[in-house]
Amino acid sequence: MERTKRFLGFVLSFPGIIWLTLFFLLPTTIIVVYSFMTPGPYGGAYLPFTLKYYKMMITNQGFWILFMRTVVISVISTGICLALALPVAYYIATSKYKNFLLSLVIIPFWTNFLVRIFGWLVILGNNGLINRVLMYLHIIDKPVSLMYNQWSVILVIVYMYLPYMILPLYSSIEKFDFHLLEAAMDLGASRTKTIFSVLLPSIKGGISAGIVLVLIPVLGSYAIPDLVGGKDGAMLGNLIARQLTTARNWPLSSAISMIFLLISTVGLLVYLKFGEVRNRRNRVIYEDYIKEETNKIG
Amino acid sequence: MAEISIELRNVTKIFDGDFVAVNNVNLSIEKGEFFSLLGPSGCGKTTILRMISGLEEPTKGEVILNGRVINDLPPNKREVNTVFQNYALFPHLTVFENIAFSLRIKRKSEAEIKKKVMDMIDLMRLNGHENKKPSQLSGGQKQRVAIARALVNEPSVLLLDEPLAALDAKLRQHMLIELDNIHDEVGITFIYVTHDQSEALSISDHLAVMNEGKIIQVGTPVQVYESPANLFVANFIGETNFIQGIVEKVEGNYILLKTEKLGEIWCYRDFEVKIGEKINVSIRPEKLKITIEKPSEEVLKNSFVNVFKGIVSERIYLGTHSNYIVSIDQGYQMKVYRQHIRYLLDENIIDWNDEVYVWWFADDSYLIKD
Ligand SMILES: Nc1ncnc2c1ncn2[C@@H]1O[C@H](COP(=O)(O)OP(=O)(O)OP(=O)(O)O)[C@@H](O)[C@H]1O
Ligand SMILES: [Mg+2]
Repeated sequence: MERTKRFLGFVLSFPGIIWLTLFFLLPTTIIVVYSFMTPGPYGGAYLPFTLKYYKMMITNQGFWILFMRTVVISVISTGICLALALPVAYYIATSKYKNFLLSLVIIPFWTNFLVRIFGWLVILGNNGLINRVLMYLHIIDKPVSLMYNQWSVILVIVYMYLPYMILPLYSSIEKFDFHLLEAAMDLGASRTKTIFSVLLPSIKGGISAGIVLVLIPVLGSYAIPDLVGGKDGAMLGNLIARQLTTARNWPLSSAISMIFLLISTVGLLVYLKFGEVRNRRNRVIYEDYIKEETNKIG
Repeated sequence: MAEISIELRNVTKIFDGDFVAVNNVNLSIEKGEFFSLLGPSGCGKTTILRMISGLEEPTKGEVILNGRVINDLPPNKREVNTVFQNYALFPHLTVFENIAFSLRIKRKSEAEIKKKVMDMIDLMRLNGHENKKPSQLSGGQKQRVAIARALVNEPSVLLLDEPLAALDAKLRQHMLIELDNIHDEVGITFIYVTHDQSEALSISDHLAVMNEGKIIQVGTPVQVYESPANLFVANFIGETNFIQGIVEKVEGNYILLKTEKLGEIWCYRDFEVKIGEKINVSIRPEKLKITIEKPSEEVLKNSFVNVFKGIVSERIYLGTHSNYIVSIDQGYQMKVYRQHIRYLLDENIIDWNDEVYVWWFADDSYLIKD
């Protein structure tokens, strides 16, 4: 019985394994290999192997500025998403009309990603809605530039990725036992304290899922900074794309991707491990106590 | 007179504008006593506890703790802690941290927290489980953590909302005794909610019987069991045989009741009744005697004894005793309990379809006004 089950599991996971091998493992391997090769005049990657492009990148200050900007923009956007999504998810999860409200969150997914970014051009542009209204009200007399900076990128990223944060938060808050908040209050916790010491730790899983779901794709943003970021709002994704297309330097763009992949994976693992380290703390308290007590006796 | 710990004055709770969950309740509970609230499901027991703990606001009336009206005090400022109906342990915290929760909020020193929590863990016999998460505990252990978590805060009143409901019968008995010991040890006021009458009877100093948002009777377990205030209480607390009748004759402390079901029966009275008044009598099944033989002449000489003949129509063997249902000749079915004192040596084991005498002394019945 146990063996047939295992065998069945193996057979059923086969398509998945093939899929991942073909479309994830293989391309990643190709990028790794490319990153050590030499570019051809019209793109492509050729022998000999070289470390030149890694060196070039690591020693290039411009790369690091872009790298830091990418990380900062991504972390800030994810943080804003989290801060905005928490109350929204809480409200939806405790509302009588949760199905209706949830569908409102999901509806934007039905509109094309690019169309929604262009929508922001119409709002933020020099001839856009905000500038026109401000001029009409005589608050300003010439258009102010609202776009092509890091803030416009953050604004649009938050707008785009907010639902990805709301959904996992909603599903964990929905499962949350609200009696726990009453218990905490009964034990002397103020309203704010109940949220930080009981609600947030209990929905840790949802928060982690939301952060991963938002942070990872945002780190690799391309379209949003390309359309609303301009020069000041460009991110690593734009650099990779430029090296791949205009500059036709495939090995360099592969090397950038690899470095970035490496750093963000390590960052994520550290973040996920962090939770466990905190849980350890409690155990130590008790072991200390036992030691002290035994010392007293001994 | 003993000091009052908690007092409810004309407390009413109305939900959604028109649903009266608690109706003009007056209660006063002494310091250090074990007080039970007993009543059927949905009668407002939890709502009363929630108004005491501050999780619910009374629509009308006052909640008074140690002589001070606390209506406007939020739950986190009240010296009251609750053991919730479903325990409500924090799933992300260990047993140690669950118990330490209120102390951490009060920002006690690490040393003090350690000492107090470990004392609680000893008291609740939770040693060795300090680092487990609630999901790794058995029902009884969870319950002990919930009690420890509430007690460590040294409240002046501990509220317990059906803390044993989720446990099996055996463990329930055990925990009940333990709860009683803990109460003796810590000496604070316990308010215990249950819909299990045997729990309430066995453990309380005083208990209040509730129905549909109202308090029907407050008293000691003996008062409530032996002299129920009305039909509801008599029925809710234990089983009873009810007979309705009209007073025919009064002789000192005894009356002769004319009933449809049994004809004339003698009853003890402890309040004034008038001839011709309609009244109920309650006779507890354990106070009835059931014998194959006619009661002795000596017994029958006593004029205040009621004897009836009948046939056993049902018998349920329960180990310590048997429950009988006897069809009295007049057609009335009476519930009778019989102790098994010497079961195997008993030559007169009474069984289905046996012809029996059912009899009782008038002193063992109790009159209830209609
Ligand atoms: N928040 C609320 N809104 C509306 N009605 C409520 C609310 N809380 C309780 N009730 C109603 O008030 C009545 C009393 O509820 P309560 O929880 O006090 O009953 P209980 O005696 O504790 O019952 P149980 O033994 O089943 O726990 C019930 O009919 C319940 O439906
Ligand atoms: Mg209840």
